[in-house]
Amino acid sequence: MKTRYDLIIIGAGPAGMAAAETAADCGLSVLVLGEDRLPGGQVYRDVEQAEPGLIKLLGPDYEEGKTLVGRFRGTSVDYAPEAVVWEVEPDLTVGFLAQGDARQVRGRRILIASGARERPVPIPGWTLPGVMAVTAADILLKSHGIIPAGDTVLAGSGPLLLQTASRLIDSGASVRAVLDTTPFSNHLASLPYLPKALFAADYLRKGLAMKRVIRRSGTMIYRNVKRLEALGSNFVESVRFTGNGTTREMKVNTLLLHNGVVPENQITFLLACAHEWYDVQRYWRPVVDIWGNTSMPGIGVAGDAAGISGAKAAEVSGHLAALEAAFALRVISEAEKDLKSAPFKKRLSRERSVRPFLDRLFRPDPDLLVPRDDHTVVCRCEEVTAGQIRKALELGTTGPNQLKSQTRCGMGPCQGRMCGLTLSEIIADYRKVAVPEVGYLRIRPPIKPITVEQLSTMRLIG
Amino acid sequence: MFKRRYDVKGPTVTVTIEDKEITVPASETVAAALLAEGFAYTRTTPVSGALRTPYCLMGTCFDCLVEIDGIPNQQACQTRVRDGMRIKIQKGARDIES
Repeated sequence: MKTRYDLIIIGAGPAGMAAAETAADCGLSVLVLGEDRLPGGQVYRDVEQAEPGLIKLLGPDYEEGKTLVGRFRGTSVDYAPEAVVWEVEPDLTVGFLAQGDARQVRGRRILIASGARERPVPIPGWTLPGVMAVTAADILLKSHGIIPAGDTVLAGSGPLLLQTASRLIDSGASVRAVLDTTPFSNHLASLPYLPKALFAADYLRKGLAMKRVIRRSGTMIYRNVKRLEALGSNFVESVRFTGNGTTREMKVNTLLLHNGVVPENQITFLLACAHEWYDVQRYWRPVVDIWGNTSMPGIGVAGDAAGISGAKAAEVSGHLAALEAAFALRVISEAEKDLKSAPFKKRLSRERSVRPFLDRLFRPDPDLLVPRDDHTVVCRCEEVTAGQIRKALELGTTGPNQLKSQTRCGMGPCQGRMCGLTLSEIIADYRKVAVPEVGYLRIRPPIKPITVEQLSTMRLIG
Repeated sequence: MFKRRYDVKGPTVTVTIEDKEITVPASETVAAALLAEGFAYTRTTPVSGALRTPYCLMGTCFDCLVEIDGIPNQQACQTRVRDGMRIKIQKGARDIES
């Protein structure tokens, strides 16, 4: 590994792998830093080594990741697996830890391809053992062939809820029910965007196929679910919810929650890149152009980290960002960039055509985003409740950073990844203003834990 | 409550979780091994002592913090098991003495 590269790519998912391929083709020196032991990102996690039985279960959408990973492996780029980035400086220095070894590298360009994280769903009881994110169950299945052993219920909204439910059913897990919190009003609101979505009708067909798997298995699907609660003293014992005006309680061993995914933008916030609030899906995204350029010189973003568009779009945006890097470093001409990017631009617009529809159909229920029950834990690390946050607001606190110092919300090891969005939603709701007026937590390094010993032995840039 | 449903390729390693020696697939993360081996919780919180298990498994939530080979606050979902590894459930705040 060198200390300087033309392009440092953070993330080895579809966007990062595609960018590496195109950047290497253009002749750039490239370093790819990936958090996992194998390339693939969450969507193609461990696809290189998955057993045939598992590949069959997970289907062609997963298996096609093999092609992309294979092409990535065929490039000449430097690839550091299990590399955790803990700082990125505006001078394009990146600090990371790999197997306990801390070092710095510097790029002439940086591409952030950190993907997405699951939107946290703060319901009463969501911190109990046995309550877990839906994508966590998907990761256990993909990477380890592990499934829930007892009665399992999935609750929330979004394409991944249906996908994981159907995968778990196919794997033989005991899925008792799917509790769909998608508000009925979303169906009407999304309808005007359906014609455009038909340009990418394969997404819609897949959704219908997943629903058929769930129905055929006899799993109950409850719609328009409200007032979701996980109950239990030390461990989750049951889930309570209201569906069509009736309140039900079901025994569970595992409750899986999902409310869509949001950009993993800890690094762009750390760098204080300009962000905008995407009100339809209620998340922040860095302001980028079609090439992924942010407001900071030399810093690009590709894939879901720039706004959720899915794996296929991520791949295409990775290629585009790499061409931009090659152009900015004067390795290819503008004419060459335009020529090479034309087919990618066309594919990107096709892959994204389904999003306005999906984003409105699966718009999160406002009652889930602002926990009404004062006892609901918002900050899982510091155990700060919605009631404590509202109490601080009553005392005159107005912004997330002030609230953080007052209540410790967002001050724990996850650094607001799990509570930051909810915190801004609660403040905006209380003050009756829009979320952009409230803003977001200020993110500071280290964005991942690093010991003093590791820091002191870090290999610096000379 | 989780179970290993599909076989995974490759070797196995032996680790110690709490005081129990366990042989698990070498491809597993510490978090996956803890869940598959039926540990009901993997840490207690520093604030109230509440029991927790891993929530996100992708490095975001930090709810899977455990002690590995004497070093506390390690993300179990981001750490691969190694032969001879000693894993301990983290009780409350990490210990800063050493």
